[in-house]
Amino acid sequence: MSLDVSRIRQDFPILNREVRPGVKVVYLDSTATSQKPLSVIEAMNDFYRRSNANIHRGVHVLAEESTAMYEQAREKIAKFINAPSARQVIYTRNTTESINLVAYTWARANLKRGDLVILTEMEHHSNLVPWHMLAAERGIQLEFIPVTDDGLLDLGTYKSLLARTPKLVSFTHMSNVLGTINPAADIIRRAHDAGAVTVLDAAQSVPHLKVDVQQLDVDFMAFSAHKMLGPTGIGALYGKTALLEAMPPFLGGGDMIKEVKLRSFRPNELPYKFEAGTPAIAEAVGFGAAVDYLNSIGMETIAAHEHEITEYALERLEEIPGLKVFGPTADKKGGVASFTFDGVHPHDVAQILDQDGIAIRAGHHCAQPLHEKFGIPATSRASFYLYSTKDEVDKLIEGIYKVKKVFG
Amino acid sequence: MDDLYREVIIEHYKNPSYRGKLDPHDISFADNNPLCGDHIQIDLRVDDGKVSEARFDGHGCAISQASADLLVESVIGKSLEDVKKMNRQDILDLLGIELGPVRLKCALLSLKVLKAGVYGLGEASDALVE
Ligand SMILES: Cc1ncc(COP(=O)(O)O)c(C=O)c1O
Repeated sequence: MSLDVSRIRQDFPILNREVRPGVKVVYLDSTATSQKPLSVIEAMNDFYRRSNANIHRGVHVLAEESTAMYEQAREKIAKFINAPSARQVIYTRNTTESINLVAYTWARANLKRGDLVILTEMEHHSNLVPWHMLAAERGIQLEFIPVTDDGLLDLGTYKSLLARTPKLVSFTHMSNVLGTINPAADIIRRAHDAGAVTVLDAAQSVPHLKVDVQQLDVDFMAFSAHKMLGPTGIGALYGKTALLEAMPPFLGGGDMIKEVKLRSFRPNELPYKFEAGTPAIAEAVGFGAAVDYLNSIGMETIAAHEHEITEYALERLEEIPGLKVFGPTADKKGGVASFTFDGVHPHDVAQILDQDGIAIRAGHHCAQPLHEKFGIPATSRASFYLYSTKDEVDKLIEGIYKVKKVFG
Repeated sequence: MDDLYREVIIEHYKNPSYRGKLDPHDISFADNNPLCGDHIQIDLRVDDGKVSEARFDGHGCAISQASADLLVESVIGKSLEDVKKMNRQDILDLLGIELGPVRLKCALLSLKVLKAGVYGLGEASDALVE
């Protein structure tokens, strides 16, 4: 089924925004954060207007309602990724916090000096720095699956790294720079064969692809609501029950306890054990509404639309002399096109495009080591989502020709 | 906004007059803007408390590089005491444009580097260009 983009665009009020008089926004920065449909905005609004109260413990109507809404959203999210139980979905602030949760709890309980953790060269800083910090503290070793020139993981090297019996393999499902969609199921299966636990950074995959945690057999998976039409301030960590139950808690405080004595406490059961303090309740409700919206369109339909736009964008970008797109061909990647252009700094490209309302991102996109690998300090990145159109791609291309004019 | 790429900026970016290094030098300092990878090094020769020669080197966006060229040009002949007094408005005056918060960082990198060098600091800080 193909997607009716013009109808979808009506659901996103911001896409009608004029960023300058007479200049409508052309939003090509969804990899950084997605825009939000009215249904999400209204769900959060309604929550505050009608139902707002702190969750759990309260016995009044508003508290009951808020608690139910918070937990219903968790059920929706669990179902969306095909988690066996909603108890396995822990609310966090974002992908970054989800990965840190694993690093602070599971890893500190299970890794010791000399243990090997495998990452990849295409990781976002959020899947690098927590492990750097652990390496400094614990003396764990880090190794990296290399990235090939065409932006794929070098799985041959992965195989030889596995022979060194790693304890953990933590990697991104989809690169936020190259767009590469990694063969997660295969990487996870091989990690398990070698006895390692796996963490999947799904910040870019869950918003754009059908992701099934049982099919992947992944141990932990991290993602953020704000990249999948939901609000900022909330994300999730999925984990296998046995692992989550064996892990020590993360932050200490209210809600994460079953019982507190003056000198001791007993942690709560899943998932509350990892949710200390008053959480982002309205945001959870918005997260649930975002999942509803994505389901109403269908992830296969969304992925097909993005593929079409990406294919078109790559084709048009590659026509431009002096422009180089990084990453694999359209069949192996999601809706991301990171490029360099004729020696013009990406900031200047982005700034000139901005004059026509075209919003792209410029910089290292929190993947500095990956940029270093390709020998460039920064790239310009255009990214696409279900509301992106070929017309917007055309505007991007025209804008890049303008850049050429300015820099002559 | 169009003025952001005024000809003078493009000109200083493409054909800087003060790009290079000084060897020997009395003061040399380098730093980068972690957000976008702009990098600036500034070398100074000082005579009698005054900047007698100055050069910058580095890479980055047009704003960061043009502002470095303009800044270096403007400090030759200035006393170190006067350099210490320079602030963000001096840079904006040199560039002749208005800048949003993100690009301001690019524009101010060279002044931050210059002042950190003149003050003899180990580490440049945003407080130098407030
Ligand atoms: C691949 C990837 N991992 C992790 C993150 C971090 O997400 P957040 O900033 O929501 O924690 C991002 C977001 O930019 C990402 O693209």
